[in-house]
Amino acid sequence: MKLHNISLNNLRRRKAKMAFLTIGLMVGIATIVTLVTLTRSMAGDIERKMDEFGANILITPRSNDLAMSYGGISLGGISFDQREIREADLALIHTIENNRNISAVSPKVLGGIKAGGRDALLVGVDFESELRMKQWWEIFGAAPQGDGEVLLGSDAARSLEVMAGDEVVLNGETFRVAGVLAQTGSQDDALVFAPLKKAQMLLGKEGRITLVEVAALCSGCPIGDMVVQIAEKLPDAKVSAIQQVVESRLHALDQFRRFALGVAAVVVFIGALIVFVTMMGSVNERTTEIGVFRAIGFRQSHIMRIILLEALLVSLLAGLLGYAAGMGAAKLALPVMTQGSTAQLVWDPAVAAGSVTLALLVGLLASLYPARHASRLDPTEALRAL
Amino acid sequence: MIRLTNLTKHYQSGDETVAALRGVSLAIAAGEFVTIMGQSGSGKSTLLSILGGMNHPTTGEVEMAGVRLYDLSGEKLADFRSQNLGFVFQSFHLIPYLTALENVMLPLAITALKREAKFEAARRALDQVGLGAKLDRLPNQLSGGEQERVAIARAIVNRPKILLADEPTGNLDTRLSEEVMALFRTLNEDGQTVVMVTHNPDNCAYADRTITLRDGLIVPNAELPTARLMATA
Repeated sequence: MKLHNISLNNLRRRKAKMAFLTIGLMVGIATIVTLVTLTRSMAGDIERKMDEFGANILITPRSNDLAMSYGGISLGGISFDQREIREADLALIHTIENNRNISAVSPKVLGGIKAGGRDALLVGVDFESELRMKQWWEIFGAAPQGDGEVLLGSDAARSLEVMAGDEVVLNGETFRVAGVLAQTGSQDDALVFAPLKKAQMLLGKEGRITLVEVAALCSGCPIGDMVVQIAEKLPDAKVSAIQQVVESRLHALDQFRRFALGVAAVVVFIGALIVFVTMMGSVNERTTEIGVFRAIGFRQSHIMRIILLEALLVSLLAGLLGYAAGMGAAKLALPVMTQGSTAQLVWDPAVAAGSVTLALLVGLLASLYPARHASRLDPTEALRAL
Repeated sequence: MIRLTNLTKHYQSGDETVAALRGVSLAIAAGEFVTIMGQSGSGKSTLLSILGGMNHPTTGEVEMAGVRLYDLSGEKLADFRSQNLGFVFQSFHLIPYLTALENVMLPLAITALKREAKFEAARRALDQVGLGAKLDRLPNQLSGGEQERVAIARAIVNRPKILLADEPTGNLDTRLSEEVMALFRTLNEDGQTVVMVTHNPDNCAYADRTITLRDGLIVPNAELPTARLMATA
């Protein structure tokens, strides 16, 4: 017979009350686990989706611009000392410290060409990365598969009077129109997209790049740091963050976190209240018993140990069950919350450890006052008979 | 063994101060069996709780086994109770979710004894009260008399110097009362000091001495049958 035998026997005897206490705390922990896991899983999903909406870092050749005005009249500006990005240097982007956060790198070469006797703007792209980055593109026809195929913006196709499957002559060379973009409302509508190598050849810019769009895949990752890191690797390039995309991304994630934090705080409070009320009730029911313990020589610390050990065991069980239930609920809720997207459930051991720790912390803290109250009961009054 | 000097105990009841004890002085020798009689409100339960180290007197001193009881701090007082005192309560106050054996082992839960030694001491105490065959019964599986015996076994398991009993036969019929009192007498004959509060004058026949309290004071020369008087007769 040791003190823990008293705690264990009491838990066994008061199964219904202890089950209520366990369930109360377990529901709280499960809610938090569900919220945290859902938030993290959804944040990851949103992040991926937002990354799909476009680039958040732009790399252009460095040049010195001079704004010209005279007598209050703007005469436009000129660029001089124009440098260029070499295609061979693009590999350096993947060597930055935060390279794991790079989702896609889409180099482009731009230039004017003659298309079917009209002037047009040709953009050479790497179709694989371009299509990954611009998943909102809707193509009538198909994406170009080889060097002999191009993709036209809707306005360009209308202007050149061609459709998917037709042929178009660019600077004297014939290409098959693999597909035509649906109206995007952006500059893409007026462009002719060709494979990067072919476009470089047509424009006489072999091995050179006009601009690079980079999509950084991260949750609040240091875009600013990445910009600096890329700039260090490409000294002849001007690297800038597309701030609006970054900020909206961070804002969306921040809102999710705040929501989860708020709900978690309320749930923890309710859980603590349940533990407090139940433990206090349990102590009041056991007044005589505690009086006997004190009368036969138990110290106040012995009484506290008995009560806190009970709280610890219940909290431990609630933490473990709460984690399991929370993950189960998150697994069921995730497809509903993300409306059938491919969001992945995040299994993080830290959440498991955190939920058990939180349960223990809430259980013990909420039981501290009842335990102290029990330990300070006057044995004479507790027994009344004496 | 026990020396009470000019004990007073006042309780506050609203604006009124109630004197439960009004100057009680008493000496009880080691190995003595003393019963304390008195009507309700006479102060006998207050006296017992003060003897048990659970109720600070308003004034006066309690010396027990050479220790001035109320000079001890709260936790030291608890240790003193654990090492020197055994309690038997009127309503038994057995812990309902512990077996007879576990209830008896309860005072040993806070000692450094090994599990086997605790078990052996509890089994021996239950044997002593005649319940060696009912170790694994829960309190609700025992009769009133058996529960009382378990309570007595719990009180003597750590071999206390003093056994304090508060109306131990209050909930028992005449036959069971006699059995329990005979058990107390046997324990006393084995050298156990017993101080018992009782309403029942018949119980005084088993004691060496009876002290009668009235209105918080000891009644001098109160005549009641005691074991010693009966033996002389």
